[in-house]
Amino acid sequence: MSVVAMTVNGKSVSADVEPRTLLVTYIRDTLGLTGTHIGCDTSQCGACVVHVDGKAVKSCTMLAAQAEGAEVTTVEGLAQDGELHPVQKAFREHHGLQCGYCTPGMIMTAVDLIRRKPDLDEETVREQLEGNICRCTGYHNIVKAILAASNEMR
Amino acid sequence: MYQFNYHRPKTLDEAVKALAGADDPKLLAGGQTLIPTLKQRLAMPSDLVDIGSLTDLRYIKAEGDALTIGAGTKHADVAASADVMTHNPALARLADNIGDPAVRHMGTLGGSIANNDPAADYPGACLGLDAKIHTTKRLIEADEFFTGMFETALEDDEIIKEVTFPHPEKAAYMKFANPASRYAMVGVFVSKGPWGIRVAVTGAGQDGVFRASEMEAALEKNWSPDAVANVKISPDGLNTDMHGSAEYRAHLITVMAKRAVEAAG
Amino acid sequence: MTAEISETGIGKPARRKEDFRFITGNGHYTDDINRPHQTHASFLRSPHAHARIRSIDISDAEKAEGVLAVFTGQDIARDELGGLICGWTVTSKDGEPMKVGPHPVLALDTVRYVGDHVAMVVAETREQAEAAAELIDVDYDALPAAVSLASCQNGDAPQVHPEAPRNTCFEWELGNKAETEAAFSKAARIVSLDLENNRLIPNAMEPRAAIGEFDKGTGDYTLWTTSQNPHVARLVLSAFVGVAPEHKLRVIAPDVGGGFGSKIFIYSEETACAWASAKVGRPIKWTGNRSEAFLSDAHGRDHLSKAELALDADGKMLGLRVKTVANLGAYLSTFSAAVPTYLYGTLLSGQYDLPAIHVEVDGVYTHTAPVDAYRGAGRPEATYLIERIAETAAREIGMDPAEFRRKNFVREFPHQTPVIMNYDIGNYEASLDAALEAIDYKGFPARRAEAESRGKLRGIGFSTYIEACGLAPSAAVGSLGAGVGLWESAEVRVNPTGNIDVLTGSHSHGQGHETTFAQLVSSRLGVPLDDVEIVHGDTDKVQFGMGTYGSRSGAVGMSAISRALDKIEAKAKKIAAHLMEAAVEDIVFENGTFTVQGTDKSMAWAELSLAAYTAHGFAGSDLEPGLKEGAFYDPTNFTFPAGCHICEVEIDPDTGVTKIANFVAVDDFGTIINPMIVEGQVHGGIAQGVGQALLEHGVYDPESGQLVTGSYMDYCMPRADDLPSFRLGFTTTECPSNPLGMKGCGEAGAIASPPAIINAVTDALNIREIAMPATPARVWAALQARQPRAAAE
Ligand SMILES: Cc1cc2nc3c(=O)[nH]c(=O)nc-3n(C[C@H](O)[C@H](O)[C@H](O)COP(=O)(O)OP(=O)(O)OC[C@H]3O[C@@H](n4cnc5c(N)ncnc54)[C@H](O)[C@@H]3O)c2cc1C
Ligand code: FES
Ligand code: FES
Repeated sequence: MSVVAMTVNGKSVSADVEPRTLLVTYIRDTLGLTGTHIGCDTSQCGACVVHVDGKAVKSCTMLAAQAEGAEVTTVEGLAQDGELHPVQKAFREHHGLQCGYCTPGMIMTAVDLIRRKPDLDEETVREQLEGNICRCTGYHNIVKAILAASNEMR
Repeated sequence: MYQFNYHRPKTLDEAVKALAGADDPKLLAGGQTLIPTLKQRLAMPSDLVDIGSLTDLRYIKAEGDALTIGAGTKHADVAASADVMTHNPALARLADNIGDPAVRHMGTLGGSIANNDPAADYPGACLGLDAKIHTTKRLIEADEFFTGMFETALEDDEIIKEVTFPHPEKAAYMKFANPASRYAMVGVFVSKGPWGIRVAVTGAGQDGVFRASEMEAALEKNWSPDAVANVKISPDGLNTDMHGSAEYRAHLITVMAKRAVEAAG
Repeated sequence: MTAEISETGIGKPARRKEDFRFITGNGHYTDDINRPHQTHASFLRSPHAHARIRSIDISDAEKAEGVLAVFTGQDIARDELGGLICGWTVTSKDGEPMKVGPHPVLALDTVRYVGDHVAMVVAETREQAEAAAELIDVDYDALPAAVSLASCQNGDAPQVHPEAPRNTCFEWELGNKAETEAAFSKAARIVSLDLENNRLIPNAMEPRAAIGEFDKGTGDYTLWTTSQNPHVARLVLSAFVGVAPEHKLRVIAPDVGGGFGSKIFIYSEETACAWASAKVGRPIKWTGNRSEAFLSDAHGRDHLSKAELALDADGKMLGLRVKTVANLGAYLSTFSAAVPTYLYGTLLSGQYDLPAIHVEVDGVYTHTAPVDAYRGAGRPEATYLIERIAETAAREIGMDPAEFRRKNFVREFPHQTPVIMNYDIGNYEASLDAALEAIDYKGFPARRAEAESRGKLRGIGFSTYIEACGLAPSAAVGSLGAGVGLWESAEVRVNPTGNIDVLTGSHSHGQGHETTFAQLVSSRLGVPLDDVEIVHGDTDKVQFGMGTYGSRSGAVGMSAISRALDKIEAKAKKIAAHLMEAAVEDIVFENGTFTVQGTDKSMAWAELSLAAYTAHGFAGSDLEPGLKEGAFYDPTNFTFPAGCHICEVEIDPDTGVTKIANFVAVDDFGTIINPMIVEGQVHGGIAQGVGQALLEHGVYDPESGQLVTGSYMDYCMPRADDLPSFRLGFTTTECPSNPLGMKGCGEAGAIASPPAIINAVTDALNIREIAMPATPARVWAALQARQPRAAAE
């Protein structure tokens, strides 16, 4: 066991965990932030995407120890002062979610995408979602929501 | 995952020492290959030496006629680098097409080539660009580095420090992605440069990346898409699986080579 | 109506009430729940497709760190627990009931597929349970396996169950054989086609999970589980498996991350977690990982069929003859016998006036994971068959595929098909015409020529589909072998302050019931959407319900609510009449206000609901206090959503890659409560159909029976860049057999789209048949076979 400390959604946290603890386990089990999901064991579905130092990463493919000292943002930390993030709003407005399971990862990926590429078109959005699998929506409304949010944020 | 000890050295020297001090250690860079492997309980290292946050491995330098890229440089860094885009746009595009954005934020050049997955992209660039691989022990030519599927010339305690990619005159990489995994089912890197002409094929071969010498010869005579369009690759030694037969892969090599030459101009 | 309600009324795209918790990360899925002192389970699974278990040595595992208990099939047998069941009995054509092999919760002496459950380890942590499972030493006698569907009925094929010779569970038939033979004998032309309906693996994004908990004080069990129908799970676990009596077992299905059928069924893992929680004396949690989901979630489809269509000289359909072998996997799962029979054979008439149909289906066992309902369940298989052969027939007689269909459409309703179904209403031409218009069918030749100039092959394909939803009239399904009735229940509880709890037996796992059901209540009672709470998924709260599948929640679940609302309204009017001293007949209820006709006397909804609970003014009347009503709704017929999907593909002949260039879907779902949600259902369904047609394939190694596609590395899930944006349209005929006129929309996309896509692919390639999924490799191979020389140039 060793102490792993980081900042999660603006709060300093630290816990004594086994070295093999994944970041997603740390977030879900140690911190109780269950918005971040696990949908696969081959690092492909993106249900677990969070931001580490401002960049989208798959928290199932990172040890908690690797995030020592980092700034981590999860879906729970996206809304600021009770105000939903534009991407969150757009997902609701454009029905970009059904069962909601892929949604936190989708939203975190989308926020990162809009940050990296403020000028998005449909083809780019679809390409950039390669690492996020949704079984419910056929992506149609997810793509729509992301394009709408990026317009809104421009 | 099995238990292991975790080390996070602050310098490359410390990393070398940590490796030497452990029973059955493994380097951890971006973790995008190693962590899934550990999760499936397919590896049981005693220690992980995390070089993922070593800043002295993460850089891109454009010096003289070459780019030198630190082994810890993330795929996203290579894709976004103005220097790479200027001197070797084929390499930037290749990096931009590895996995997905989250994988590119973590995965590293060194990790990719050390792993030498037969379906990985970077080995194609290394072989296709006559790259030089600098380790903590020596310099290894790309031609000598990739020795077979998941096999390299690296010794157990050897760390890749950086890779030098001489600037090509012309180069392009065309990838035909496996529809499920999105790794390369066939990837062809063509180039023209001080080394002459190279055609490196990744994804298709049972032994990993290889050079298609028939295509290189055809392009020596005539650098044009048509020159490779007529070169047939033998399916012997190519992979067959549910995603495609060796014959299909052989055919795709020709198609991708043609498209790569077209794209390289 | 107030402005607020008019935005969220029936037919309006009200934004979903459930979304807030999901977009902020506050959903409660089963794995998000942790119980005090919980332990963790891991299952040891069979590495063999078929093996005899000589012995199981658990001693090392029991001693491992953190381990609390290790259970095997013998422990379960000792407790005299029953096995898992199939709730539908199919009778073979010789009158014999289907031949059912036992399905133990944990294997006894034989394992029958890779992933079959061998032992359960309970430990303090999940890692410890997994590590200990590796220490269990099973002595297997590996046996040859019957893997291939094509050969599993051969005399020399290895046997899955001794109870079922030739691995044949049932040989079922439907339709009129003699009439069909007669139709074929007078046919001017017979078109035949061999078809494979590829095995799919459902892949709801939330893996299955369960927590079992036992209360020593009361003897009550609670099971949290990823279920589409918690009441059915409770019924099976009590009445058949015998974990606990029904009133001592509470099943809760909290937020569920997609189901698509795979979470209807009752599996070993949740059964074992509930049962063992009493043995261990602490709650037991199991969360499956994706690899386990691939191995042991019930798979879908997997048919081999031979279809023959008889036509007269004018291209009119005379008869259809079908012989299908349907894979059931190693064990019968909860509904598996119904899927390739009553949910399949009954839909083979399609939208066509087909006077004679005869279908034979052999349901067979193989050493593979159980196969059961997956989005559409039987109906996609039927639609694929009829729509592929219709298109093929049109091409062979040189008729435009749209016109060929038009010629054969059913036009008069009700229409009795030769295969049980009685179509109540529809207008197939309307959806066909709308779809032709939307895709610009006339412009297709120009688009094809333009594609050709770019070296691409463009093709177009149709699917005019019908399906049966609103499962289902209980008497009808009972007569066909169902072990349950398929009605639905609802209870509407008006609270004293006027807001409303609606308890429904339907379950929502993405369909948006919390919104659409509330829209119905809100517009009926004139209360704001936010004042309506939909309660579902807990057997302690909802009395009984049959759950969500077969697109039944709208037509059946909402009809039950509608019936309960009728009763609420009736009672409320009585109260209003009494309090305002008027006759009940004179009370008008509109926009949430009760008025006495012709007067200015009125009572607002909230006033009335309070009065119903204070009951101060009830003296001297026969009114009971309170305002709460329940209803059970049993549909009088299936509902028949229908429509037309048209797909245009463009194929790169160099690589074999197929791109969907254009996709139009025009559906008739009857009344639509919330078009935004309905469109979302269609999008998702089409995506799964594209998956089936072009990408997804559950493949076992034919010799070893190992699952080749055991992860997303090989099982190709549709990704955003595999799909286009879809263009949808609706035509409407209101369903006459339920009070709301709804038909159901949850499965249409998955049912309709695969034949449209494959018809387009075969059109582009100018070939008769290509197996699904039409992967680049297969398309390329088809091109090679078509033009072995030209391709080399
Ligand atoms: C979903 C997904 C999709 C992917 N798609 C692609 C793709 O399309 N194409 C592709 O090429 N790759 C793909 N990858 C793999 C990805 O590129 C990995 O990042 C890369 O293969 C390994 O790099 P890493 O830094 O993550 O290495 P790690 O996983 O940390 O390590 C990999 C191996 O390399 C060793 N190693 C690491 N650094 C060094 C070093 N400096 N010196 C010596 N040995 C070292 C490690 O010990 C380990 O054995 C994908 C990965 C994922 C998860
Ligand atoms: S859970 Fe992380 S990618 Fe699937
Ligand atoms: S909304 Fe269910 S998986 Fe995306």
